Amino acid sequence: MSTVITRVKQRQIAQLIAKGKRLDGRGLTDYREIKVEQGIIERAEGSARVCLGKTEVMVGTKIEIGEPFPDTPDEGVLTVNAELVPLASPTFEPGPPDENSIELARIVDRGIRESKAIDMGKLCIEPGKKVFVIFVDVYVLNHDGNLIDASALAAMAALLNTKMPKYEVEEGEIKIRPGYTQIPIRRHPVTVTFAKINEKLVVDPWLDEEQVMDARLSIAFDDDGNICAMQKGGSGYFTQKQVFEAVTIGREKADEIRKKLGW
Amino acid sequence: MSQKTEKLIDKKGLRLDGRKPDELRPIKIEVGALSNADGSAYIEQGKNKILAAVYGPRELHPKHMALPDRTVLRCRYHMAPFSVQERKSPAPSRREIELSKVIREALEPSIFLEYYPRTAIDVFIEVLQADGGTRCASITAASLALADAGVPMRDLVVACAAGKVDDTVVLDLMDEEDKAGTADVPLALMPNLNVITLLQMDGILTPEEFEKAVNLAIEGCKKIYAMQKEALRAKYVSVKEVEE
Repeated sequence: MSTVITRVKQRQIAQLIAKGKRLDGRGLTDYREIKVEQGIIERAEGSARVCLGKTEVMVGTKIEIGEPFPDTPDEGVLTVNAELVPLASPTFEPGPPDENSIELARIVDRGIRESKAIDMGKLCIEPGKKVFVIFVDVYVLNHDGNLIDASALAAMAALLNTKMPKYEVEEGEIKIRPGYTQIPIRRHPVTVTFAKINEKLVVDPWLDEEQVMDARLSIAFDDDGNICAMQKGGSGYFTQKQVFEAVTIGREKADEIRKKLGW
Repeated sequence: MSQKTEKLIDKKGLRLDGRKPDELRPIKIEVGALSNADGSAYIEQGKNKILAAVYGPRELHPKHMALPDRTVLRCRYHMAPFSVQERKSPAPSRREIELSKVIREALEPSIFLEYYPRTAIDVFIEVLQADGGTRCASITAASLALADAGVPMRDLVVACAAGKVDDTVVLDLMDEEDKAGTADVPLALMPNLNVITLLQMDGILTPEEFEKAVNLAIEGCKKIYAMQKEALRAKYVSVKEVEE
């Protein structure tokens, strides 16, 4: 997933960060501008587009009636998939999902699932037989770094916008009624990603910073500031101190974002 | 399946298999378990049984994937169909693809990749039986296999998970605890450099509990590291009697 970045720029980014500055003028813990639009695809049960600076991610949700997993017979099913669409970056190629898109989908999935953001019990129609299945499809439209945070936000925004059909069970048969209800959302997880460059942590890395970073750490926080998912990436390492520092900063950032979006 | 009927920790503070919260499962490590591989290791941790093999540095195919300034580390984490209760399809699942990636990224910082440009080092991991914490045991074994293959390394990598079950932070979760517990924090460490090369988490933890879990996992890693070193030494010290 790498494009070419000149040595001069690499060095410039790293040296600036050592001084606590960033090439695009942000502070080390500043996010780029976040824009969220909901309900942009009428055919989807829920949808959202999130812009994080120039990074742009769209998420559409679809709801179907299907079978529950045998170990959770009275809960609905959540499926997250991510597509790194070739139009989003010169480095994305068409074809089956590669490890990067699978990792992205699984990080987004874990944030939503582990925070228990959706009340899955309320998505059960008939225990063991029929439940609502929510498909969350992450569609990356423009890659300018930090796809994880943008995708996690877009997925949550789309879920908050998702409606499910009203139904009634009559003599074992499901009758779909006119009208829709909101899906039951209990929590609003927010994922904060750090890049480690020159032994310093920066929040929300853009593409050029991702090319220079040694390692990446993404942390999802729920509404109470608890940690609900975490993933280290990249071929570098973190010290214990850096990890705990990331938790402290990330917690504040997640709160900030939640307040800004009114979640 | 039993659902939350059993308590995972009893009144005496002991776990289902009688362990204390900060106790590891029994571990057996063997270096050089396979003769064809350039390096290999076998690990048993609880009921986990895992083989790791290293081939390389060797020529890389397809050639266009080669890098001019360093070797390409490739890693495949795979579970045998019979390794779990319900047969697992042998095709790589999304979980296995993700784990292959994070395991590779956990091992990469330990290797002098720049010593072997235009080549590949392949790490193959086969989980023969799974019992929770397979990614960690896999890393512990794979790092030994790399050392056994003579790949120049900055440090060994050792991994161990900590987590939370029944409101207690515990070390080295086994399958039942992993499934019914509230949180799981797998962590890989380069013990001499004291840096973390793999860190994941799922579940719910307060920042304080998380800090406790990380510290506990690091303690566990250090204990396993002693066994890792011992296993590596054992291979080269032992002189096998060769029968005619």
